[in-house]
Amino acid sequence: MTSEDLLERLGQSFGSKIQNKTEFRGETSYAVDANDLREIANLCRDELSFDYLIDITSIDDFGEEPRFEIIYHLYSLPHSVHLRLKLKVPEESGAVDTVSDIWPTANWHEREIYDMMGIRFNGHPDLRRILMWDGYPFFPLRKDFPLEGLTSEMPDVAFTKVTPLEGGPFVTVPSTATSKDREPRARPPEL
Amino acid sequence: MSETRSTAYDSKIEGNVIFTRFDAALNWVRKNSLWPMPMGLACCAIELMAAAASRFDIARFGAEVMRFSPRQCDVMIVAGTVTYKMALAVKRIYEQMPEPKWVIAMGACASTGGMYRSYAVLQGIDQLLPVDVYISGCPPRPEALIAGLMKLQEKISRERSFRNQKPQLAEKLEEALA
Repeated sequence: MTSEDLLERLGQSFGSKIQNKTEFRGETSYAVDANDLREIANLCRDELSFDYLIDITSIDDFGEEPRFEIIYHLYSLPHSVHLRLKLKVPEESGAVDTVSDIWPTANWHEREIYDMMGIRFNGHPDLRRILMWDGYPFFPLRKDFPLEGLTSEMPDVAFTKVTPLEGGPFVTVPSTATSKDREPRARPPEL
Repeated sequence: MSETRSTAYDSKIEGNVIFTRFDAALNWVRKNSLWPMPMGLACCAIELMAAAASRFDIARFGAEVMRFSPRQCDVMIVAGTVTYKMALAVKRIYEQMPEPKWVIAMGACASTGGMYRSYAVLQGIDQLLPVDVYISGCPPRPEALIAGLMKLQEKISRERSFRNQKPQLAEKLEEALA
């Protein structure tokens, strides 16, 4: 079965539920609705042999509505076909259904998205933070979280402080100059 | 009285008696048997292991006894990036070490946060622990660690250990001698 056949079957099964088909370098992406996610995911795995969930990523489109976007990167090992499913998540709900029972690897991917972006996953068996510690009050990969961090304090667990960035050697310089001048590099003070 | 004098000049033990300050003897013992706590947190730990292995061999400086129990250690070598998640654990391990104790901040990350100007990284272990020796490098070569260790040995040999750590006993002895 070729990738065209697979994707045609996907189109036949769901029709209008999958939209915005985009192709780039032979890889196909679809926008799907959050309510249809589990149905489509189940079909992709069982019928269309997308047995490998490569990754789940999330995007913060800060200032847009809906704010968040989650992208499922699927791969079919028997047919060597890539497929991406994109779904939008509004900030108010801030939650989507889990796929960790469909692809077990999603368990930790979803925990990472929860930790870094603050999107919750309904039905996840163990939705705890995975990189930061339990009780850390912020979601560091959101666009409104400053690069230098924010102060927090949990006695006997952990604390954070604001990192000094001004003039530091490993900080990008905001300017319109070429990337050679903007990029983070050691800048010894002029003597 | 005459008996003690004759003992002091006994030719059989004369060559085995050394007169020195108590501090000097104590420091000499301490600095030549520094048991490190290998606080390996990142790539610096690899260089720390290399320094302990046969090619560089910090046993030549008396610091080969890496102990993974802080209660048996003298010097904590913080080798690597200290994240905020790890910071208080490092501090607790330091507090479990018995006095006297010293700290070496090995490499750019442990000294200043290094290249990690980040919300997740402690900007230098000296914000939590009293650091005795900073070693530059990313990571420092084993020679640099050995140089840092020798600097620490110099520092220990200058310490007024007895007076600082047992002030009351020192006072009593002075009174008795006076």
